Amino acid sequence: MKKIEAVIKPFKLEEVKDALAEVGIEGMTVTEVKGFGRQKGHTEIYRGSEYTVDFLPKIKLEVVVADEAAEGAVKAITSAANTGKIGDGKVFLSSIDEAIRIRTDETGNEAL
Amino acid sequence: MKKLFPILTILLALFASPLLGQDAEQPTATPSTEESTKPADEEASTDGEAKELTDEERANAVADKAKAEAWLEGQSLASEYSSLDDDDKRIEDYAIDSFVVSGDTAWMIVATALVLMMTIPGLSLFYGGLARRKNVLSVLVQCFACTALMTLLWTIYGYSVASSGDGQFFGDFAKVCLKGVGVDTVSGTIPESVYFTFQMTFAIITPALIVGAFAERMKFSAVLIFLTLWFTFSYLPVWHMVWGGGYLADKWEAIDFAGGTVVHINAGIAGLVACIVLGKRQGYPKSPMPPHNVPFVLIGAALLWVGWFGFNAGSELAADGVAGMAQLVTQVATATAAFVWMMTEWILKGKPTAVGIATGAVAGLVAITPASGSVGPMGAIAIGAAAALVCYWTATSLKHKLGYDDSFDVFGVHGVGGIVGALLTGLFFINAETGVEFVENKLKGQIVSVIVTIIWSGVVSYIALKIADVFCGGIRSTEDEEIQGLDVADHGEEGYQL
Repeated sequence: MKKIEAVIKPFKLEEVKDALAEVGIEGMTVTEVKGFGRQKGHTEIYRGSEYTVDFLPKIKLEVVVADEAAEGAVKAITSAANTGKIGDGKVFLSSIDEAIRIRTDETGNEAL
Repeated sequence: MKKLFPILTILLALFASPLLGQDAEQPTATPSTEESTKPADEEASTDGEAKELTDEERANAVADKAKAEAWLEGQSLASEYSSLDDDDKRIEDYAIDSFVVSGDTAWMIVATALVLMMTIPGLSLFYGGLARRKNVLSVLVQCFACTALMTLLWTIYGYSVASSGDGQFFGDFAKVCLKGVGVDTVSGTIPESVYFTFQMTFAIITPALIVGAFAERMKFSAVLIFLTLWFTFSYLPVWHMVWGGGYLADKWEAIDFAGGTVVHINAGIAGLVACIVLGKRQGYPKSPMPPHNVPFVLIGAALLWVGWFGFNAGSELAADGVAGMAQLVTQVATATAAFVWMMTEWILKGKPTAVGIATGAVAGLVAITPASGSVGPMGAIAIGAAAALVCYWTATSLKHKLGYDDSFDVFGVHGVGGIVGALLTGLFFINAETGVEFVENKLKGQIVSVIVTIIWSGVVSYIALKIADVFCGGIRSTEDEEIQGLDVADHGEEGYQL
C-alpha cells in the first residue's frame, strides 16, 4: 500500500477530489496547512510598519491506496491541481506497513 | 518628495477652511424664545421700520418675555440652591420643590449609558481586536475589572476628593460614601445622582485607556494596584484642578470641556511611562504582531464614536444648544480625522487599512474632546485634520524611532491627540449667539494645563508602578507566561475554542 501526500492550492481541492473519485478513490484526509516553496508571500501594513508574510495557506491531502492504484491516483492529483503557476504544490509517496478498518478489523487492501 | 504635494494640498484645503469660512459665515440671527432676553416688542419699538403689533401679538410677546425671564431666574436659582450647604438657613427661602429640569435629566441619564458603553464594550473590543489571540481575554477582563473597581472607588471616595472642596489640587472628604447625596439632591439642573454616575463613567474609561499601552505583558494583580494608585493620585487631582475649581481652572482659566487633559493626556502619559518601565514585549519589534481580529477593532471604534456623543455633548450637563453644537463638532472632527488618516496612509503606504481609518477616527474623537464646548464646525475640521496628521506621525514614525513598545498606541493616539486638541482649544472658537467662527489666542492656559498634566501624571505613574512592583513581586509577567499568553496565565481561559 502506498501513502500519497499532496500539498495543493486550497481552491483546487474540489477538482482534485472529483478527479480521484473518477479513478475510484473515494476516501481521503484533508488538513489546512501553511507553507511555501518558491512562491513569495505578501506584505501587510500595521500602524505604519510593513512586514512580509511568507507562509501561504495550502491544503494537505492524504490518501492511502493499493500499490496498483498509486500511479493513477498521482496522475489524477497532478493534472487536477495544476495551474501552471508557481505555488501549485508537491506530491510525496511513501510505503505503508499496515492498514486496519476500525469497525470490522479488516486489514490490508480490504481496509482501504 | 513627490508624495508631499498631495499631502500639502490636503493640508492647505483643510486648514484654509476655518480661515476662509469666517468671511462666508452669516450670523444666525434668530435666538430661541426661551433663551431670548430681547423681547419682540422692544425690538419693534426701537427699529424705525417695524410694523405695528396688534394687541394680541403684543400680549403674546409680553407673556413670552415673562416666561423667558422666569426660566432664567429658575436656572440661576437652581445653581444657587445646589451650592448651599444642608444647614444653610437660606434653603428655606427656596420655595420651589425641585429645580430639576426633566429634559436635561433624561438626556444625562442616556449620556451616562453611552459613555459606559464606550468602555464596555467599545474600548474593550477596540483593544481586544488589536491584541494577539492568546491575550484577547486579558484585555477584555482588564477593561471589565477596571469598570467594576473604579465604580467602587469613585463611589467611596473618588467623587468627593475630585469635586467637593476648595483645595487647589485635592478636594475634601465631605461626600465620602455619597454622604448628603440623596434622591432629591440637585446639581445644576439635574439630580446629583445623575451627575455622579455620569462622571463615574469618565472615571471608568480613563484608567481603562491606559491598559492598551502595557497590554500583553503586565500581571493582572499589578494592573489593578497600579490603576487604583493612579486613579487616586493622578486622575482625581487633575479632575479637581480642571473641573473642581482647582489650580488650572482657578489660576489659568484652562478650557477643557469634556476631558482632553483630565482623561486623554492624563491616561496617555501614564501609558507612555508604563510601557517604558515595563519594557518591550518579547520579539518586539522584529516579530510581526498584527491584530488578531480587525473586525473587533472596527466595531470597537464605531461604539466609541457613537458613545462619544454622550462623552462630549453630555459634558454640557444639559439638553441645550451647546450640547447640540458639541455633538455636531464631535461628528465633524472625527469624520475629518478618519478621512485624513485614510488618505495619508493611502498616499504614504499605498493602501488605506481598516485599522488605520479606525485609529484616525479615534484620534479625531480625542482631539475634539476639550474643544467641543467652544469650537465651531470649521474649527472642528481643522482640529480633526491636525489630530490625524500628528497622531499618524507619532504612532507610525516616532514610536519606531524612539523604540518604545506602546502596544496599542495609547500615547500615540490618546496622549498626543489630547495634547493637539488641548492646544487648539485655545485657538478656535465660535460665537454662541452669532455663529461666527474666529481665531483667538488663549493658548497660555492651555499650554500650562498640558504641561502640568504631563508632569503630574508622569511622576505619579512612575511612583505607582514602583509601589505595585513591591506589592506584586514584579509587575511584568514571566517570560513563559508572556509566551503562553496572558489568557491562560492570568485567567486560566482560552478566548476561542475553535
